[in-house]
Amino acid sequence: MNHYDAIIIGAGAAGLTAGIYLSRAKVKTLILNEGTVGGQMVLTHEIANYPGIESISGYELARNMKLQAQKFGAVIKSNIKITSFDLKSNPKRFIVNGKDEYTSDVVIITTGGRSRTLGVPGENEFKGKGISYCATCDGDFFQDKEIIVVGGGNSALEEAVSLTKYASKVTIVHQFDHFQAFEHYVNEAKNNPKIDFIMESKIVEFIGDEKLRKVKIQNQRNGEVLEKDIDGVFIFIGYVPNTEMFEDVLELNQFKEIVVDKNMATNIEGVYAAGDSIAKRYRQVTTAVGEGTVAALSAAEYLNKFEKAEQVAEESVV
Amino acid sequence: MLRTNLTHILSEQEHAKLLQENENVMVCCGRMGPMCIPVYEVMEELENEYPHVKFADMEFDIPDARVIRDLPECRNFAGLPFVVYYKNGKVVKATSSIQSRDQITSILDQYFGQEVKETATK
Repeated sequence: MNHYDAIIIGAGAAGLTAGIYLSRAKVKTLILNEGTVGGQMVLTHEIANYPGIESISGYELARNMKLQAQKFGAVIKSNIKITSFDLKSNPKRFIVNGKDEYTSDVVIITTGGRSRTLGVPGENEFKGKGISYCATCDGDFFQDKEIIVVGGGNSALEEAVSLTKYASKVTIVHQFDHFQAFEHYVNEAKNNPKIDFIMESKIVEFIGDEKLRKVKIQNQRNGEVLEKDIDGVFIFIGYVPNTEMFEDVLELNQFKEIVVDKNMATNIEGVYAAGDSIAKRYRQVTTAVGEGTVAALSAAEYLNKFEKAEQVAEESVV
Repeated sequence: MLRTNLTHILSEQEHAKLLQENENVMVCCGRMGPMCIPVYEVMEELENEYPHVKFADMEFDIPDARVIRDLPECRNFAGLPFVVYYKNGKVVKATSSIQSRDQITSILDQYFGQEVKETATK
């Protein structure tokens, strides 16, 4: 059995920040991460609004945070699978990959989110063969080709404009009659002659053979289905929080986000949460970093109380 | 140059030599981008767990990467990275776009895992 003072679940911006703070404060810290270190940060081509750094790739920022956390002593185990856990026990208990047990006095959950998928027939089949979730990665495969961008938020409109560098034509398909994006993104897209719009509509099926050939688009008002030949589809319809494993354990809101108080405390004593898995309005690297800081400081304070409580208990026994 | 700890393939010749000298080979051809980095990271971790497999990467944008890009198995790929699995120099599997550790280990076990068991019983 391996005991740590603190276990952090997730190694995105919030988790790594919490890891930096705790390990620097000499708190024995383990970060358990089911995916790649960096989380959604790694999926960001360029971060241009991180104070003090004019521009940096998400990969670089994640790498720097990882090295900083490790330098202070945090242990990071990535690409693992948490197969069972108990947040209510004392200490908290985790089984990793069905065999390795880790315990801790305090837990910080920073499991983040993942790109939302449409979940319609053909989507899995044509991923990487016409369907993409990353414009900066795959845009150049669609030089002079016709593509669709799905979504109506900032990412969708920003990426649609950037994809016009490659594509001959970009059609934005959005389920509502208006966009959720900031006005300047909307204006930029509307003023781009290469961009068309199909509003109040959803893609209901992807069709192809060895690669994507066409999509079926359904109008949400009248139900009519349009079949459209297409070379590529980029999907930017937001994120879903990675909180399934906590559904029966932690208090979640209607969007399955973890409910926390101003100290990032959850409904279970000694369990904190931060980053994209919590209920909040703005999902930015900077907000995740701030929440990771608060969670770490709250966790450290809890550990102090916890130790004091143990001392009191020991004294009372004597 | 890709910033990974994997063996870097820098030319067609190196690619050919790698296939000639190793029975089981996994090559990830990509960039230091969001869909590629998770695959490199998984490969770096699996190097110790699959000593009978040679793990390597190749920069997607160098001309010599045509040895991967032009493979018939990659003809319809439109998502980075292109990952190719070779057994005795022949392509046995190719994938496009991001892959999880489970997806990668499942392919490694299917195409390369059996040989280890046979070796172990000898």
